[in-house]
Amino acid sequence: MDNNHNIVLETQNLNIYYGDFLAIKDVNFKVFRNQITAIIGPSGCGKSTLLRSFNRMNELVPTARSEGKILFNGEDINDPSIDPVEVRRRIGMVFQKPNPFPKSIYDNIAWGLKINGFRGSKSELDDLVEQALRGAALWDEVKDKLDQSGLSLSGGQQQRLCIARAIAIKPEVILMDEPASALDPIATLKIEDLMRELKENYTIVIVTHNMQEAARVSDYTAMMMLTGEGERSGTVIEFDRTDIIFTRPKDKRTEDYITGRFG
Amino acid sequence: MSTLTALRDATFERDLSLRKLKGKVFEILAFFAILLGIAMLLTLLIDVFLDGLPWLSTRLFTEFPSRFPEKAGLRSALQGSIWLMFLTALMAIPAGVGAGVYLEEFAPQNRITRFIEINVANLAGVPSIIYGLLGLGLFVRQLGLGRTLIAGAMTMALLVLPIIIVTTREAIRAVPRSVRHAALALGATDWEVSRDHVLVYSAPAILTGVILAMSRAIGETAPLITIGALTYIAFDPKGPFDIFTVLPIQIFNWVSLPQPDFHGLAAAGIIILLVVLLSMNALAIWLRNRLIIRW
Repeated sequence: MDNNHNIVLETQNLNIYYGDFLAIKDVNFKVFRNQITAIIGPSGCGKSTLLRSFNRMNELVPTARSEGKILFNGEDINDPSIDPVEVRRRIGMVFQKPNPFPKSIYDNIAWGLKINGFRGSKSELDDLVEQALRGAALWDEVKDKLDQSGLSLSGGQQQRLCIARAIAIKPEVILMDEPASALDPIATLKIEDLMRELKENYTIVIVTHNMQEAARVSDYTAMMMLTGEGERSGTVIEFDRTDIIFTRPKDKRTEDYITGRFG
Repeated sequence: MSTLTALRDATFERDLSLRKLKGKVFEILAFFAILLGIAMLLTLLIDVFLDGLPWLSTRLFTEFPSRFPEKAGLRSALQGSIWLMFLTALMAIPAGVGAGVYLEEFAPQNRITRFIEINVANLAGVPSIIYGLLGLGLFVRQLGLGRTLIAGAMTMALLVLPIIIVTTREAIRAVPRSVRHAALALGATDWEVSRDHVLVYSAPAILTGVILAMSRAIGETAPLITIGALTYIAFDPKGPFDIFTVLPIQIFNWVSLPQPDFHGLAAAGIIILLVVLLSMNALAIWLRNRLIIRW
């Protein structure tokens, strides 16, 4: 495996439980800087659980707890001295269903900047909002209606607004949980083009059900599968460069899954 | 039509016209059910308007109650109702909305919280006369407030408090989890999420609930009769520690008199009360349609 890239996120023997149920077992994988890493696998194998643990959103589930380490630039994000608020500020997230705030397009972007301590002038704020919207390839479509509700946009535009909102506060990593699954093929392609542009400045981890999408956009792919006792716990069975995963996977289960033999 | 005949089978009821007839019968029954309700309401309204319209005049707003029907008015009752609503709102809205917000946003999910939640929900269903008895025992006698506006308002506040708490909680719960998550994922604290999102988006629905709760309070009679507001008041209440009467009590008072003229006055009072209630409910509906966010 190509290890020349800088490691941003790394899990070490990560187990995640919901109550007594071991949802994710012994996950070890790495996310490289300025690369797109896809997590694929059948439904219910813990892809979203793994993704949400990277910005400590998973602990919002009351029964969730984890063992092992998640290192972000070498630091354990689950360390008691680390505030989840700080983790989420540096590791952003885009959700499966577009979830803009029912505020103006402008305020959708500006709010994240304000709560994160932006104290500049109105014109500086305007510039940052424009930058974020340009970064999410949405500026030309919304520049004349920044005061309209974010909910007035189409689904694809809403999702790009959510991406703009996430990048406005300049996180290091953007986690995307099936960001295109609620969109039509054209909107999906726009999001994929956008991801290729974003990786210049950001590190992206994407969960997807769509194998073609993983193959098209990602540099690395982690294949998850249910294993263990009664095959109830998910784990990463194979992690490699995307071209290798899709052309000559080492694990028979990966091959079966990506060729559509099951899943 | 051999294919359709082929579908016929003794084990299935294929008689489509009979199946459709069953639906029609149910539709007609349901239509009569709603007709019954509307007819009752119309009868009531027509009856009240026939009796009350001749007595409806500005004198009702300017005159105090009197032994002489042609001189009697609702002045003290109207002022009493306005005072009572104002004082009740002042106490019930901050306490009710605050409690609802606390239970939804901040309370730990444990057995004590659940116990409180169940009790609040149950309190919303307690008959209003019970609140009257509580007000009489606690505020009028124990606290020595007497039959004053403040004692009445405290009783009314207790009565509407559970309603406000429950509607506040429902309004907050209607804000989708996905929006909270979006805000948290930007590095917001719990308080920032509540302040800038959850409370802002649920405010119109909370306001609607508050208005409906207040319109309930304005029509309530039993608890106020219990605490002793059934009195002849021929002066303008000056403050919270004055004795008082309210619209529904004055109406009740007039209805119980033997002279038919007073029954006409009562009907006119009912028209005024109905107009107030319907305007409050209309305002609530307007708010709901205009401001409440559809996700």
